[in-house]
Amino acid sequence: MTVAPAVSADPTAIPQEAAEPGRWRRMPAKAKVGVILSAAFVLAAIIGPLVTPYDPSYQNPSPSASMNAPSAAHLLGTTQSGQDVLSQLLVGIRLTLELGIIVGLVATTLAVIVGVTAAFLGGFWDELLSLLTNVVLVIPALPLLIILLGYLPQKGETPTIIVLSVLGWPWGARVIRAQTLAIRNRDFVAASRETGERTWRIIAFEIVPNEVSLIAASFVNTVLYAIGASVALAFIGVADLNSWSLGTMLYWAQSQQALQLGAWWWFVPPGLAVALMGTALVLLNTGIDELGNPRLRDASNASRIAGRWLKPADPTPVLSEISQRRNGFAGFLHSFSRSSLLDKGEAGERR
Amino acid sequence: MSFIIRRLVFYLVAAWVALTINFFIPRLMPGNAVQSILAKFPNLQPSAYRAIEAMLGVGHPGSIWNQYVAYVVDIFHFNFGTSVSEYPAQVSTLLGETLPWTIILVGTATVIAFLIGTALGIAAGWRHGGSLDRVMPGLMFLQAIPYFFFALILLELFAVRFHVFPIAQGYSQGLVPGWHWDFISSAIYHSLLPALTIVLASIAGWMLQMRNVMITTIGEDYVVAAQAKGLPDRRVIVTYAARNAILPQLQGFGLAVGFVVQGALIMEIVFSYPGIGLLLVNAVTSNDYPLMQAIFLVITFAVLLANLIVDLIIVFVDPRARAREATR
Repeated sequence: MTVAPAVSADPTAIPQEAAEPGRWRRMPAKAKVGVILSAAFVLAAIIGPLVTPYDPSYQNPSPSASMNAPSAAHLLGTTQSGQDVLSQLLVGIRLTLELGIIVGLVATTLAVIVGVTAAFLGGFWDELLSLLTNVVLVIPALPLLIILLGYLPQKGETPTIIVLSVLGWPWGARVIRAQTLAIRNRDFVAASRETGERTWRIIAFEIVPNEVSLIAASFVNTVLYAIGASVALAFIGVADLNSWSLGTMLYWAQSQQALQLGAWWWFVPPGLAVALMGTALVLLNTGIDELGNPRLRDASNASRIAGRWLKPADPTPVLSEISQRRNGFAGFLHSFSRSSLLDKGEAGERR
Repeated sequence: MSFIIRRLVFYLVAAWVALTINFFIPRLMPGNAVQSILAKFPNLQPSAYRAIEAMLGVGHPGSIWNQYVAYVVDIFHFNFGTSVSEYPAQVSTLLGETLPWTIILVGTATVIAFLIGTALGIAAGWRHGGSLDRVMPGLMFLQAIPYFFFALILLELFAVRFHVFPIAQGYSQGLVPGWHWDFISSAIYHSLLPALTIVLASIAGWMLQMRNVMITTIGEDYVVAAQAKGLPDRRVIVTYAARNAILPQLQGFGLAVGFVVQGALIMEIVFSYPGIGLLLVNAVTSNDYPLMQAIFLVITFAVLLANLIVDLIIVFVDPRARAREATR
C-alpha cells in the first residue's frame, strides 16, 4: 500500500479537489435531477422505516378504517384490511431499493470479472465467454426467473437476489469486455507490462480504474433491471408476500381489486415510486453517458443564442446568422469579438 | 460462413441452452414439485401423476441421458405434457389457444412503437436541442414506469373513470371466437388499451436510442458533404443520416424485443387478456409446472425467432453487410 500516500502527496491532486463544486455546476441538468432524485430515494430508504406512522402489517379490525381515502390520520389512505399505505410505502422503498442495490453490486462484480477475463485471456476463452454472455443475454430472463423461483419451496428475498444476479450480468460484461479490449493495447498498459507488473495488478490498477464510468453505468442499469424484475415478480405473486416491498404492495392492491373499488391511493403510490426510481436511474445514466460523449448533451449554448435551432452540422456561415439575432448588451459585447467581422451591415449593431 | 448462417447457428445454440436449462431445472431445484402439485390437486388421476413424475424426473425412469433424449424428442413433437391446473387439457392445446392473442397484440404494438419511436428519434436527433429534446425527461419517466402499472393507470382513467374502453378480457362475453365481424371488431376494441400501453411505455426507449445514434451520425463527414452539395434536408435526413443511424437501432431491437415481450406478458394480467402471459401467471399460482416450462420455451423461441428476423433485415438494409456477404 505504498501507492496510496504517493497519490495524495501529488500536488496535482489539490486543484482537482478544488474543482469539485465547479464540476457539479457543469454537470448536465438531467444528471443533476437524477442525482437529487436518487439521493432522495436512498434517504427515504434509510430513514423511512424508522419514521413509519404505523406498523405496515397492522390490520385495523374496525370496518371504518378500511379503504379510507387519504386523510390527516392516514396521509396515503388505508388498504382494504385497514393497513396504512404510507407505512407500507416507506418500508417497501427500503426493501425494493436494498434488493436492487445488492443485485447491482453482485451482478456488476460478475460482469467485471467475466468481461475483463474474456478480454484478457483472448482466443478460445474469449469466444467461449462471449458466447455465454450473448446466450444469457438473448434468453428472456423473466419467464426463466419465474420458473426458477416457482420451483423453490419458499420464496424469500435471498433466492430472488441470487437468481436476479445470476441472470443480470451479461449486459455489463459485454460492454466491459469491449472497453477492456480497447484499453488493453494502450501504451500505459504496455509500459506497466514492460516494468514487470503482474497481470492481476495491471487489471486492478491500470485497466479497471479506467473503466469506472462504464462500470458505474453498468451498475445503474443493473439496479434498474433488478428493481423492475423484482417488482414484476412480486406483482404476479412470485415473492415473499408477507414482506412489504413495492411489488408486494401492488400485488395486494391488484388481487384485492383496488382498481375496481376506486382505491387509487392504494396502487398509485407504490407504482409511482417505482417509476420515479426508474426515472432517477435512467437520468443518472444519461448523465454518465453525456459526461463521456459531449455530443449527446443538449446543444443549448450553440442553438439557443441564435433563437433558432441550428443543426449540429451547420457550416460556418451560421455565425453571421447568429450575430444578426444578437440583441442588447450581448450584441454590444459581441461587436468586440473577432467573429463580429462576419456580421452583415447594420443588423449586427441594431439587434 | 455467411453472416446469416452464423447467426442461425448461434440461435440454435441459444435454443439448445434454453432447452437444456429447462430440462435440468426441475431435476436440480430443491423441494418436491410433485408433492406441491399433489397438495393443490389431491384428486389427480394416477396416470396424470405418473406423467408429471416422468416429466419432472422424479422416480428416475431410466438414466438422465435417456430422459434427456426422450424430452428432446417430445419437444420436437410439440408434446409438452399435460396441464395440471386445466387437467386433462394438453399443454400444447392451451398454448395454441393463447399464443395467437399475444403474438398479434404484442407484435403489432411493438412494431408500431418501433416505427413511431424511430421517427421521433430521427426528428429529435436532427433538431438537436429542439422542442422534442425538451420532452425527453417526460418520455424517460414513461419508460421507467412498469408496463403493468401503466396498464393500471390507463385502466383507471379510460375504463373506470371515463367508460371509453372495456375494463378486461380479450373480447365481449357471449361472443363465440371465430372469423366473423362481431368477434373481430370486439377483439380489436378490447386490444386497443393494451396496445396503447405497450406503445406508450416502449416508445421512449426507441426514440432515445435513435436520437443518440442520429446525433453521432449527423456529425459524420458524408452528412456534411451531402449538405454542402445543397441536397434538400429531407434527402439528407432520410438517405444519408437516418439510413445509417438505423442500423444500431435494429441491432438493439433484437435485445429490446425481449424486454418488451416480458413487460407485455405481465401487463396481460391487468387486462385479463387471454394471452400467454395470463396463462403463465395462472400456471405459477397453481403450481402447474409442465405449463410453466412449456411457456418459458415458447417465449424463448419466439424471442430468438424475432432476433433472427432482425438479422435478416439488417443484412437487407445495410449495404456494408451485403457487400461483406458477397466477398465471403
